[in-house]
Amino acid sequence: MNAVDEGKRVQEAVSAATQAEAVESLYAKRVEIYPRAKIGERLAWFQKWRWATVWITQIVFYGLPWLAWNDRQAVLFDLAARRFYIFGLVLWPQDIVFLTGILIIAAFSLFLFTAVGGRLWCGYACPQTVYTELFMWIERRIEGDRVRRMVLDRAPMSARKFALKAAKHAAWIAVALWTGYTFVGYFTPIRELGAEMLALQIGGWSALWVAFYGFATYGNAGWMREQVCKYMCPYARFQSAMFDKDTLIVTYDTTRGEPRGPGSKKKGRADLGLGDCVDCGLCVQVCPTGIDIRNGLQYECIGCAACIDACDHVMERTGLPKGLVRYSTTNAMREGLDTRAMWRRVFRPRVFVYSGILLAITAALAVAVALRVPLKVDLIRDRGALAREADGGQVENVYRMQVSNTTEARRAFTVSVAGLPGLAVASEARFEVGPAAVASVPLRLLADAEQVAPGSHKIAVEIRAADDPAVAVRETTTFLGLRR
Amino acid sequence: MSDFTNVFWDYFVALITVVSVLGCGLFLWSQSKRRVKVGAGPDPDTTGHVWDGDLQEFHNPLPRWWMWLFYITVVFSVVYLILYPGLGTQFRGLLNWTSSGQHQSEVKAAEARFGPLFASYLKMDVPAVAADERGRQMGARIFQNNCAQCHGSDGRGSRGFPNLTDSEWQWGGGPEAIKTAIVDGRTAAMPPMAEAVGGGENVTDVANYVLSLSGSAHDSVRASRGKEKFAACAACHGAEGKGNPALGAPDLTNKTWLYGGTVATITETVTKGRGGVMPAWKGLLNEAEIHLVAAYVHSLAKPSQVAATPSATK
Repeated sequence: MNAVDEGKRVQEAVSAATQAEAVESLYAKRVEIYPRAKIGERLAWFQKWRWATVWITQIVFYGLPWLAWNDRQAVLFDLAARRFYIFGLVLWPQDIVFLTGILIIAAFSLFLFTAVGGRLWCGYACPQTVYTELFMWIERRIEGDRVRRMVLDRAPMSARKFALKAAKHAAWIAVALWTGYTFVGYFTPIRELGAEMLALQIGGWSALWVAFYGFATYGNAGWMREQVCKYMCPYARFQSAMFDKDTLIVTYDTTRGEPRGPGSKKKGRADLGLGDCVDCGLCVQVCPTGIDIRNGLQYECIGCAACIDACDHVMERTGLPKGLVRYSTTNAMREGLDTRAMWRRVFRPRVFVYSGILLAITAALAVAVALRVPLKVDLIRDRGALAREADGGQVENVYRMQVSNTTEARRAFTVSVAGLPGLAVASEARFEVGPAAVASVPLRLLADAEQVAPGSHKIAVEIRAADDPAVAVRETTTFLGLRR
Repeated sequence: MSDFTNVFWDYFVALITVVSVLGCGLFLWSQSKRRVKVGAGPDPDTTGHVWDGDLQEFHNPLPRWWMWLFYITVVFSVVYLILYPGLGTQFRGLLNWTSSGQHQSEVKAAEARFGPLFASYLKMDVPAVAADERGRQMGARIFQNNCAQCHGSDGRGSRGFPNLTDSEWQWGGGPEAIKTAIVDGRTAAMPPMAEAVGGGENVTDVANYVLSLSGSAHDSVRASRGKEKFAACAACHGAEGKGNPALGAPDLTNKTWLYGGTVATITETVTKGRGGVMPAWKGLLNEAEIHLVAAYVHSLAKPSQVAATPSATK
């Protein structure tokens, strides 16, 4: 018996077991899925798209921490120092509102893409999908494609099986550790981290996070795979709120395909009363979540379009028109819409609302980032002393300025006051703050005691960069007159 | 400390905790033994919930590893309750962990880490520490946390709290005098002197004389009348009004006034007396911290001299 026959036998046994009604525990043993990768001689259309997103996302993820900018790492989220560097932008904890903007943009992009194209994120860009794709590629290189893997897993342990499994896990762990190292490299300078790791002098927290993220990658992409989408991912479950009957989904054309059957060489399919589905089962074999798309839309479907590729390939070989399994909408299927009519329905209120909000928030964020003043000031009255007498019949108030220079260059600032007649700065009116540093600067204000009535007066303090008058912050505070 | 003064509540909480943990484990075990009909058959088991007349909830089995995660949480809580104090005051856990104990061990770790740094400054004399940039910054932080409440964040004081940035020192401004003031505090007591100077108008006369000592605006007729009455004040402030640092009696011949330099405020001072208290920081700050903050105060007063000293003191 050759490997292919053995594989078929196993597959039939498995599908028979899952089809029939059974008395089972509430906690079922997971059925291993062996998605088939090879469809034709070359990469199929959507396969190419998936690999393109794998390349793009991973080049960005693995490459970004190695870029340099202004003699530092270009992208670094320095949690200990609470500075977040993104190329020329230095964000401080006070800038958390920008993160909110980015999260809203991410959420509305997700809503928009899902409303139009279904689970595009899941199928093409989600790290779970991308790393599973990577790990399965490694697995195929070492153990072979679907049938070989099925046979290998059912074979008793042997030196060869052990060697293959060991090689696979070693390769997985290597990729996972590199991923963990890269991840931590976003939070602590990656070059120094690498040197520390080579010298085995890595700090406790860094080591923990490298190991944790590496383990999560290895576990999720190597072992958990579709279970993450089926049981753990909340997005998979609330996607239905964003779907409607005009959302593009991976669909099997039941009208055209049924009744399914292999057909015969002697008689035409029409004579046999058969639809276009030749029931080859390839769409099931390639499915990474192990479902049969011919049963209709299911929550397990991550929309990766592997079954479209598989079916198109078979249709081509059998000389039938492509698109038996295709991106289509519920309405297009039911009403028999052509492609143009289907696409025209993309323009519907839900899509306009999502796009409108997305555009508005994106524009608002861009404007806010462009107009942000790289200077933050907190003005605090001295708590111990109210007003005090000063020489020459003057009244003095004392403040502390917390001045944050959020640029990466040393900068001089001047301080000026307004709001009371004769109010003047008695402390240094010009001071410097180091690059990306905070300085606590005392501020002493004097006014003529005779001209300031007892009680509190509103005044304004303006801190301005000496080299750029546009960089200024105006803070209001109170000035207290002497009690008479 | 606690609202639950009766030991009954300890047992009550412990019982509820133990029963909950065991109950969770037991429930999980019984559910793992349950068998239900699943799949595409004609009559699968449902949870029995029906919505809208025909919507039923079928059983979709969880993966088995999920069940093991539940068991792990049960095991975790058992181990946790054995090691840590989770069962009230009657069983404090094998590790004897307390939050105050953790705090103390963290304080100890910090002392071990920063101790050498403090010790290195303790070996230097006050002007040398004041000239050291980091030493001065450390002193400044201690000052902001402990001294700024009265003396102001810029050290310029306020009414009744001396200005530390000028050249006037009620109790002497040398490094040792500053340190003594911080360690032991200072208590300045000016008794009410109205009767001693003759009371009534005489008090105002003395006040005018005191103002004349520093060349401030005053009524010269009153001042000349007050001059002889000032003899009562000379015991502390000296015949010339130059003060006495040993007693904390201020120099009256300059224009620095702790409580105000008008006829009205000086009259009030003479009539009612003044009591100024600087608390002792011994015990609140350790020796090295006092040394550092003394250096910072020293640097506030004489910035020009400090800048000139580093090479000489090293």
